[in-house]
Amino acid sequence: MNYELLTFIWFVLLGVLLCGYAILDGFDLGVGILHPFIAKDDTQRRLVMNSIGPLWDGNEVWLVTFGGALFAAFPVAYATVFSSFYLAFFLLLTCLIGRAVSLEFRSKVQSPRWRKAWDFGFFASSLTAAALLGIAGGNVMAGMELGPRYVYEGGLLSQIYWYPLLVGALTVSLFAMHGAIYLYLKTEDELQARVRRAIHPLFLTFAGLYVVVTLATWLHVPHATENIANYPVLWIVPVLNFLAVLNIPRAMYLNRPGYAFFSSAMVILAFASLFSVAIFPNLMLSTIDPAYSVTLENARSSHATLGTMLIIAAIGLPCVLSYTVIIYWIFHGKVKLDPHSY
Amino acid sequence: MDVEILSRLQFAGTIMFHYLFPPLSIGLGLQLFLCELAYYRTRNPAWEAAARFWTRVFAVNFAMGVATGIVMEFEFGTNWAAYSRFVGDVFGSALAAEGIFAFFLESGFLAVLVFGWDRVGPKMHLFSTLMVFLGSAFSAVWIVVANSWQQTPAGYHIVWHDVQGEQVPRAEVTDFWAMVFNPSSVDRLTHTLVGALVLGAFFVASVCSYYLLRGKHEAIARRCLSIALPTSLLFTLLAAATGHDSAKKLIETQPAKLAAIEAHYETTDEPTGLYLFGWPDVENKTVHFGVQIPRMLSLLVYNDPSRPVPGMDKIPVDQRPPIWLPFQTFHIMVGLGTLMLLVSAMACWSWYRGFYGRHRWLLWTIVVMPVAAMTANQAGWITAEVGRQPWVVYPSVQNGVEMMGMRTADGLSESVTAEQVLGSIILFGIIYSLLFAVWIFVLNQKIQHGPESPEELTEYKRRLQRKSMSETIGHGGTAYGGSLMDEDSR
Repeated sequence: MNYELLTFIWFVLLGVLLCGYAILDGFDLGVGILHPFIAKDDTQRRLVMNSIGPLWDGNEVWLVTFGGALFAAFPVAYATVFSSFYLAFFLLLTCLIGRAVSLEFRSKVQSPRWRKAWDFGFFASSLTAAALLGIAGGNVMAGMELGPRYVYEGGLLSQIYWYPLLVGALTVSLFAMHGAIYLYLKTEDELQARVRRAIHPLFLTFAGLYVVVTLATWLHVPHATENIANYPVLWIVPVLNFLAVLNIPRAMYLNRPGYAFFSSAMVILAFASLFSVAIFPNLMLSTIDPAYSVTLENARSSHATLGTMLIIAAIGLPCVLSYTVIIYWIFHGKVKLDPHSY
Repeated sequence: MDVEILSRLQFAGTIMFHYLFPPLSIGLGLQLFLCELAYYRTRNPAWEAAARFWTRVFAVNFAMGVATGIVMEFEFGTNWAAYSRFVGDVFGSALAAEGIFAFFLESGFLAVLVFGWDRVGPKMHLFSTLMVFLGSAFSAVWIVVANSWQQTPAGYHIVWHDVQGEQVPRAEVTDFWAMVFNPSSVDRLTHTLVGALVLGAFFVASVCSYYLLRGKHEAIARRCLSIALPTSLLFTLLAAATGHDSAKKLIETQPAKLAAIEAHYETTDEPTGLYLFGWPDVENKTVHFGVQIPRMLSLLVYNDPSRPVPGMDKIPVDQRPPIWLPFQTFHIMVGLGTLMLLVSAMACWSWYRGFYGRHRWLLWTIVVMPVAAMTANQAGWITAEVGRQPWVVYPSVQNGVEMMGMRTADGLSESVTAEQVLGSIILFGIIYSLLFAVWIFVLNQKIQHGPESPEELTEYKRRLQRKSMSETIGHGGTAYGGSLMDEDSR
């Protein structure tokens, strides 16, 4: 297969992995963010946690595989991204560890103080992880201070300014809304009514931030719209994005929560596509000199490796999708507590 | 301190902490599968109670492995950016294959293994357990392949890329299967997996022997011991055999490492002996308090007791690894391996004669054996990794062409400062200490609680069948199952 085409396929496949991660881990990060506000007693808290109990671990694997695939397909980008976001990334890892152990250990001891501490850990790490993912996305959108030989010249503080913070806030609100719709699907009775009451304000917050970030991107990141201007067919992405956003309140009003969940997943898919369209053909834009940018061309692996990796993906992905479906099917339906629950 | 030392410390610390969990997951995974297989064939509730108990222990350990493993997946990029750019084409593919073939498999079916006991039938559950075990083994396959490639690279060439006017080398795959089956992959993989299986067998034997000492859960403990003791003997024997193969390979692939682990300074015309223990003194090129078996190293390496083995003097000065540390960790590993072999042979004999449990000292020895197995696993990896220095990727000869290697010191991230690395070490030092404490605490709690009795389990399943699910959720899910539902019974 042609080298250019292979490179493009891998760019798309990485987008698929990132998107799979955002849709799947998005709802369990959202559940983590909402968990202290929605559940009123210990049983409800356990129900909320167990709604994602069997699934969160598999969801995080999408991020890990994204990391491995980025390493394999675009090693220069892997090296540059993770060394640039050094401290931010270690904070993210801390949060992911925090979430895993909060879930795992919370219900192991009866003491209310022990549980409160882990509840707080679960909430704080979910919130921070979602925000950091957004902040990193915002930085990559806007470009970063890459010097010669892809060496990052800024520090942690130059990554924290209004634009990435706004994207971070948008991510938090999106995941919280996505998580709330998921919880609505998984709960019943009083708890479900509590979730229902939260969805409306969560949607409004998200919609407000969606408008603000769209405007901010227009103003602050002019190159983001270049590809759309050059290829007008790409207008379909923001339009679908907008329609998917509108469809969430509509589906909730029609009392079709599954449809609403599908819509919020589509919103995430559209955001991931917009992000890919905006940065293409760069992977990391240098704000110092465009010649220092990490592009698809200078970051990719050799022709042979991209080809081998595609075979691996062609064997692996159908397996992954089939057992992901089987497992989601085994755990479908309303969440129940049993002796194996968290 | 500079970035290099700190980054080395950070990598060593995080990988060693991570490696507390994967070998136990692999080893315990097999024991769990065997227990469940026994249940599937006999339908004896005692086996099911045992399998449910080991699942709970397994789940805690697995979560720790995942949490600490995510860090490893990204640490190459954060701290070793130059290394990542050099090897990404090769190393990255192995890591990506691990993600897609191993991680999804194990994490997906883990959900069924842990949460699916009352949701899927025994056949599907047994299948899930097998998939989780295989997933964790596949994970080891790809990681050991990637690591072995660094030790004995194959199936690649060096390509020079123009980066903004500067020529930068990169290793690129020419033959995928030659890369996967590089000269040391199979030997190192079998030894790594067997090391994990030894740990799993001793872990089960240890917990069960503890129950016998305390006079609790005896029936279930004896059942599990009937699997754990013979497998511990089998795997310690295999560990000796695969370890021998790995060490023998060194003379061709990494003579510097072989010289280091035996503190063999000078090449002589005499046959070379094998140290049982000692205290290498690098400055004076001698080994204090050393006890040596004459001719043994020559015999082990060449099957010829008279042929001398080349020493460290054959290696250029700037390519020599440290000696003291690999020497000690290698001898600790071999010593503990021998000890474990003797102990499990003794335990098996005592089991076979039907008086296992009569000698409390033997039970107590088995109780502490997992510490020995874990130490041997860690010591083996320290030997392999420190003995590879100063290289992160060994230089090699491919089809008669010399290929450059990469020194560990050249693999660092240029944009990362010492303060940042120190900051992350402190952060992770605190988190990992906390995690370790919680892990020990919860593990201890689970072991102290132990398995349900077969009667409790039968009663629980009877009630579960009688009560419809809609009824139980009305009571917040706490109405059925009696004592099984107590939160601290998990």
